[in-house]
Amino acid sequence: MSADPWQTAEIPGPMKALIITKPVIVSGMLKKAKRAIMVVGHEAAEIDFGGERAIDYAIRMAKALQIPVVATAHIAGEFVKRGCDQVWWMPAVDIGNRLQDPDWQGLDGKGQYDLAIFMGITYYMEWTILSGLKHLALHLKTVSLDRHYQPHAFWSFPNISLEEWQKNLKEILNQLEKRL
Amino acid sequence: MRKRNVHIKLDRLKSDLTEISGLEISIGKAIEEEWAEPLGPTPCPSLATLRDWDLKLLQRYKPFYMPYCDVCCLCTMGKCDLTQGKKGACGLDICAQQSRVVLIACCIGAATHTAHARHLVEYLIEKYGCDSPIDVGADVGVEVEAPVTRLVYGEKPKTLGDLEDVLNYLENQITHLLSVAHTGQEGSKLDFESKVFHAGMIDQVGMEVADIAQISAYGLPKADPNAPLVETGMGAIDSTKPVILVIGHNVPPATQIIDYLGEKDLMGSVEVAGICCTAHDLTRYNPRAKIVGPISWQLRFIRSGFSDVIVVDEQCIRTDVLAEAQRTMTPVIATSEKNCLGLPNRTQDPVDQIVSDLVEGRSPGAVIFDTEKVGEVAVRVSMLLSPRRMKFKVIPDLAKVIEETKRCAQCSNAPCRKACPNDLPIPDAMHQASESILEGLANLYDLCIGCGRCESACTNDLPIHSYIIGASKKIVNEEKFKVRVGRGAVQDVEIRKVGGPIVLGEIPGVIALVGCANYPNGGIEVAQMAEEFAKRRYIVMSSGCAAMSIGMYCDEEGKTLYEQFPGEFDAGGIVNVGSCVANSHIAGAAIKIASIFAKRKLRGNYEEIADYIHNRVGAVGIAWGAMSQKAASIASGFWRLGVPVIVGPHGSKYRRMLLGRKDKVKDWYAYDTRTGEKVFVGPCPEHLFYAAETKEEAMVMAAKLCMRPNDTPRGRAIKLYNYIDLHKKLYGVMPDDLHLFVRRDADLPITIKDEVMKILKEKDWKENVIPDPTLLPRLIRGKGGLTDER
Repeated sequence: MSADPWQTAEIPGPMKALIITKPVIVSGMLKKAKRAIMVVGHEAAEIDFGGERAIDYAIRMAKALQIPVVATAHIAGEFVKRGCDQVWWMPAVDIGNRLQDPDWQGLDGKGQYDLAIFMGITYYMEWTILSGLKHLALHLKTVSLDRHYQPHAFWSFPNISLEEWQKNLKEILNQLEKRL
Repeated sequence: MRKRNVHIKLDRLKSDLTEISGLEISIGKAIEEEWAEPLGPTPCPSLATLRDWDLKLLQRYKPFYMPYCDVCCLCTMGKCDLTQGKKGACGLDICAQQSRVVLIACCIGAATHTAHARHLVEYLIEKYGCDSPIDVGADVGVEVEAPVTRLVYGEKPKTLGDLEDVLNYLENQITHLLSVAHTGQEGSKLDFESKVFHAGMIDQVGMEVADIAQISAYGLPKADPNAPLVETGMGAIDSTKPVILVIGHNVPPATQIIDYLGEKDLMGSVEVAGICCTAHDLTRYNPRAKIVGPISWQLRFIRSGFSDVIVVDEQCIRTDVLAEAQRTMTPVIATSEKNCLGLPNRTQDPVDQIVSDLVEGRSPGAVIFDTEKVGEVAVRVSMLLSPRRMKFKVIPDLAKVIEETKRCAQCSNAPCRKACPNDLPIPDAMHQASESILEGLANLYDLCIGCGRCESACTNDLPIHSYIIGASKKIVNEEKFKVRVGRGAVQDVEIRKVGGPIVLGEIPGVIALVGCANYPNGGIEVAQMAEEFAKRRYIVMSSGCAAMSIGMYCDEEGKTLYEQFPGEFDAGGIVNVGSCVANSHIAGAAIKIASIFAKRKLRGNYEEIADYIHNRVGAVGIAWGAMSQKAASIASGFWRLGVPVIVGPHGSKYRRMLLGRKDKVKDWYAYDTRTGEKVFVGPCPEHLFYAAETKEEAMVMAAKLCMRPNDTPRGRAIKLYNYIDLHKKLYGVMPDDLHLFVRRDADLPITIKDEVMKILKEKDWKENVIPDPTLLPRLIRGKGGLTDER
């Protein structure tokens, strides 16, 4: 599994994301986080696993972890339609901007987050936002749960197939939902 | 207007022989002070003159840095790793480095427009004389002919010769600005940003100079809302005729082609078609010319073999245009010193010899700086070569696409897809094509930005872009549309008519769809945005490639948006101002609202006018496919005027956003000029520079960014209605921030008043005042404030 960016020329700097080789890495990290948040872009509502969509996995994960979800772009209604009541919405660059501010008190006013999970934002846009967070949000760890390697995250899947991605997400969910 | 050749000013000179004070000598200059308006505080601002204003904006709209590169490689002490707070060898950190790169980009943009203007002005002076008058619409009452120049430079240009003085100032500023990016100069990120704004403002003047010069001298449409409709699209080109393709931005060589055709009575015998802004300006010059399409249409059109000769000028031209043209045996004529393409300079050679060499294929092209010669050579070559070339193309027919795609290796790491800026599913489409299903490739046609990176990445050197075009033959043939020719400036009388409704908020906003064609999902999204806002009675303005994309889609009756909506600067109008340099008329319209409608003094009075626009004129730019350095400088010119700009997702690569924080209440106070008190005005507008992920997000944000502190209750209700309605329609939920935008009961849209009031109660909303807003203490008239300095 090589740490190659999905888009060939989006070459990272000296510091690159660690590769998630096993789903247990993610579930362990998510469980360990004190204040986690999930940021979900519009592609999550479009990616179809054959009946289920990526957004469905995001909702299950947020429920299992009892963490807030920020729906970026225009997909807030997709969360509401699916009965997700822990959703906020704001543009991707806005949540990025808030996450890099050490003084931001979070969506609930209880303090900044220590872990942000990203999924479903257009690859190159997520790339730039994660770059901002890598450089400026030293209080924050970021995890990309997309199926393409995001070099600016702290942890990222390598480039994997749709099937492998779904399998990994299911495995993470199994481990998270076990504790419910 | 003063013409400065040599100007000596001595406040005091004391010598053994004499004592002189207040001496002013001008040599070679005529002082003509015909403009009664007194000079404002900031004529010809230098780098730091408007710094205080910039810092006010940057305090509210702080940069959110999204580094596009973790290292700096601009000097030999590097490369320096700037990751996570590390400093480079010069001491610069990652944030300042991003701002520095933005400044360099904006300097490139400003230099490009200004150099374009310089060339045009000198060329037109040579052709028409330096006393040739500036006239952008005198017949329709345009008296404020150069609002940006008046505002920044502080003078009123009356002739082409006057524009040379303006250009001297611009070139001086660009040189200083570029020097700021040298190692060991500026060290503060915000000061870099202030200089970015300065570069943008300089760029706006440069664009205005270029466009008013060509409008005046060439007689392009002069503020004409009924400018003609021209044919657009690859299917609109009559390939039975010789075809001359012009590409670029600087129109003089292309006008000479038209003139030569006219002189020889050949207008109907030869097709002249353009790509990018030269196409806009050529159709402004003569509407019998045609527009092929935006910048991204270059490869597809050249490879389709339509052109019998290609004439390039400057900017946004594919740098491999010569190699691509050679594949279809099409000679290239380069006409700009900025872009010689390695071709021999034939400017001094006889026309017959050049024509013969190009037609016989002894040379793949020629540099010709003499525009008249370009006109004759291009026409004669096209006519002689057309029957020989027989429209030789390298786009394969359907059978060949199927046959050749069988050679696709279906690489496991999909290098073609990974090279595609829009991550298009090329491998799947290639696989389908190899099995005789061409739909997949054809589906990519509208989404492809025509960069050709997929081909460079292909391990088997397959011409993938050509396959996409080949598989889309039917779409290409049907690509026939209408675009309204760029009208140029907005009339003073139009400003008088709509200035009030815009400032009071009754016209919900001005949406300017501008910029390049680096779209995430094809040009149709720009057309969809234009249609939605025009239907909602916003004023939609457009320019450049975006203006072409708006015209490249039809309704069920086969009508484009330019045929469905009027070209007036009024509610529900779709106003194509013209090429890139015509963007200055969009800024000019906002400035003229302050000047003509509100009667604010214009001359060298930048801060006050920008403050007025920022607080009162609900204008938003959307550069959905912004790509270039010019797009960066154009945007930064609008930022300094306080006008927000939305870019598409690719715009996140501009390295930083300028974002407001609506959750920080203290950021959203302004002075009420009547009382001098600081009052909460809400996050209006919330952002200054912002990348949206989707078209839907951009539309909702655009509606929101049109709100201004000065809106009357009726105006705010109309704006809120549009924001809420779009939010519900596109997001599927109500907005969650309405309490920040409703100031009083009267702001509430009547039809949804109860629904909104319920939300406001949950948010513990309280009424606010509606101020006479300003960010400038010197404009406070009331208690404890300074006298109005207007």
